[in-house]
Amino acid sequence: MIRDITIGQYYQTDSVIHRLDPRVKLAGTLLYIVTLFFIGNMWGYFLATAALAAVIKLSKVPLGFIVRGMKAIAFILGITVVFNMFLTPGEPIFSFWIFKLTLEGIRTAIFMGWRLILLIIGSSLMTLTTTPTNLTDGMEKALKAFNKIGVPVHEIAMMMSISLRFIPILLEETDKIMKAQIARGADFESGNIVQKAKAMVPLLVPLFISAFRRANDLAMAMESRCYHGGEGRTKMKPLVYQKRDRIAYMCIFAFMALDIFVGRIF
Amino acid sequence: MSIRDNIKSILKTDKLVYEYKQLDEEGNVAGVNRAIDEVDLDVKRGDFVAILGHNGSGKSTLAKHINGMLFPTGGTVWVDGLDTQKEENIWEVRQRAGMVFQNPDNQIIGQVVEEDVGFGPENLGVPTEEIWERVEESLRAVGMYEFRKHSPNHLSGGQKQRVSIAGVLAMHPMCIVFDEPTAMLDPSGRKEVIRAARGLNQVEGITVILITHYMEEIVYADKVYVMDGGRIAMEGTPREIFSQVEKLQSLRLDVPQVTLLAHELKKKGLDLPEGILTVEELTKELVAICEK
Amino acid sequence: MSIKLEGINYLYGQGTEMVSHALKNINIEIKDGEFVGLIGHTGSGKSTLVQHLNGLIRPTEGHIYFDGQDIYAEGYDMKKHRSNVGLVFQYPEHQLFEVDVLSDVCFGPKNLGLKKAEAEEQAKKALALVGMDESYYKRSPFDLSGGQKRRVAIAGVLAMKPQMLILDEPTAGLDPQGRKEILELISGLRERAGITIVLVSHSMEDVAEYVDRIIVMNKGSVAYDAAPKEVFAHYEELEEMGLAAPQVSYIVHKLRAKGLPVETDAITIEEAARDILAALASKKKG
Repeated sequence: MIRDITIGQYYQTDSVIHRLDPRVKLAGTLLYIVTLFFIGNMWGYFLATAALAAVIKLSKVPLGFIVRGMKAIAFILGITVVFNMFLTPGEPIFSFWIFKLTLEGIRTAIFMGWRLILLIIGSSLMTLTTTPTNLTDGMEKALKAFNKIGVPVHEIAMMMSISLRFIPILLEETDKIMKAQIARGADFESGNIVQKAKAMVPLLVPLFISAFRRANDLAMAMESRCYHGGEGRTKMKPLVYQKRDRIAYMCIFAFMALDIFVGRIF
Repeated sequence: MSIRDNIKSILKTDKLVYEYKQLDEEGNVAGVNRAIDEVDLDVKRGDFVAILGHNGSGKSTLAKHINGMLFPTGGTVWVDGLDTQKEENIWEVRQRAGMVFQNPDNQIIGQVVEEDVGFGPENLGVPTEEIWERVEESLRAVGMYEFRKHSPNHLSGGQKQRVSIAGVLAMHPMCIVFDEPTAMLDPSGRKEVIRAARGLNQVEGITVILITHYMEEIVYADKVYVMDGGRIAMEGTPREIFSQVEKLQSLRLDVPQVTLLAHELKKKGLDLPEGILTVEELTKELVAICEK
Repeated sequence: MSIKLEGINYLYGQGTEMVSHALKNINIEIKDGEFVGLIGHTGSGKSTLVQHLNGLIRPTEGHIYFDGQDIYAEGYDMKKHRSNVGLVFQYPEHQLFEVDVLSDVCFGPKNLGLKKAEAEEQAKKALALVGMDESYYKRSPFDLSGGQKRRVAIAGVLAMKPQMLILDEPTAGLDPQGRKEILELISGLRERAGITIVLVSHSMEDVAEYVDRIIVMNKGSVAYDAAPKEVFAHYEELEEMGLAAPQVSYIVHKLRAKGLPVETDAITIEEAARDILAALASKKKG
């Protein structure tokens, strides 16, 4: 189940999109989402879809891989579409009990579903083509200005990348502790909510203890490797804008302007 | 005076004491524990030194003094002539004396092998280009270069430890302290790590301080200290140490089977030298006896 | 009591690009009262195998019989099975969670539906088996030493009164003395409580003295399944599998290769010393 979710996963390959500066991808994703909320007609959506398709093509991430990731959110998508379809007021074409299917409803539902799909694919494309380290690096640098008003940007980015490193380890550990407690007769599946919550104690206590132990060890390992915060630190992989990044920015702005124009005027 | 005596020691301790307060349930001081009790060490540059001891003998506490993770409550520790207790020395000390810890998972910070190895140099403010050079040479030194783009999560325990060693090596230390680096590994992982440590000592000339409770790992050490109850209970060459089988056993240590067997045969009247360390040695001696 | 594996295959990560054949056609039977050492390199499939024995992993193919009954048959009581076949994981002290030692050991029996008094009685018996007396009952498990924590964790499984006890690397991370104590304890369990024992380890030297049968796993298959001395005779092959026979095996085999008529089935140091002296004496005479 967890393995099916491609949101937040990284797809290893070498493409133009993979090589882009993470800041470009962050900004691009943000601007793409903003654009989606500006457009109000079919042509705008077509253009947005075409643009996304082009980026997917460039990224070399197989479409099947992306679609598989959509399965996990198909349910939410379905609900949104159905709700919009039946609960939008307007001229009914078909009614059943308290539900009315309206033309406006169908229209809104299609646009809403379409927008949601584009939005999710667009943002998962960012994580699919950017390593988590790169992403945190990008955020750290993009948000550097906030450092001046006292936001510990470097520390936040460091915490994020450490969490990302330890998530798989802790997941594995959870699995192990769970099995060990099942071997002692624990039951994590049956019972009502209260019983289920109580059954989590033998899992959570050891898990927290282990997480703290790991945190303690890691802090020591970092200190012994002379970590003392962001000050005076150099970067092994510093972020420097390349020509391709500048071209990408131009493409993004051009797309945004064109799509908003098409999506609002037509 | 030999030339050797003129070489400055890389690590020296003088009557090192470490005490910590034991608190009862209300948080009052219930007693004072002395984890290290007047230890004098003197490690020469380029040596391979092993510190042996059972769990709770104080060997890990001692290790943490060497790179300024803990500070003495009595006595002094000098690393390359720097007093670890002086605050202005702390980063220098940590750079000169690197440390590899027991749990391979809990000391890797990067999500890609090469990024982890670059972590130390980044902290030291090494320029980008030089970081890349250091990362490459360090990974090559431990034989992990071809794994540089891998995620540490998919490596074996021995490989993870070698990455950790490379991470320390990239800081260009003079001395590396290995704090039970093999305790969580299987036999082949243990071999990998010990081989890497010996390689650094012999090829790169880095001083190695290996803390362990596996006797087989100290066979190649220049000098061995055995700790018990926070004190140095024995010191000498591996052969001198291994020849005292009964004493080692009383210190809760495990003597390799081959040494035990030689000891047993000697007791039964065979003419064998003291402190036999390897299978080859014992076989050779026995064949010699047979042909006499 | 016996447990029998028939044609067990296990594929890991089915449906993804990274399928691995973790277990390949395993056929073994462990009989009542045996003390078996299961040896293998990391990734040899030994941990996966033991998780099959108590139903934590379901085989992709094949059958597991406990006392002649298929444990995946309709209506088979898996919870009961898991108490019959106790499994102690690696670093079992990492699973301790209760406020005091006694409550933690009670966790298993309580899960079996026993009343508090009965559960406590079984817990106390189990603690006695691992050598933890009354003075420990009310102590927090987190304040104990490493070796003591491990004993409490083993007691936690023993309290479910298993007929068979599987221990996955029970000596990992302990110092030599601690290792010896735990091994003595485990071998004592068979004598004192009549429990069948499967000891998973990557160290031949640890198990050689205690077990009466060794199963060697390599790359998901059973490589050897025989008495220790027969297995150690293959010391060269074992080395290729990333394992090492006890040093005494090397010595006696090397001496024999050099022309000394030494018996090669010694396992302990005493046996080897005796055999070597005998060989030297006969050579002198001859």
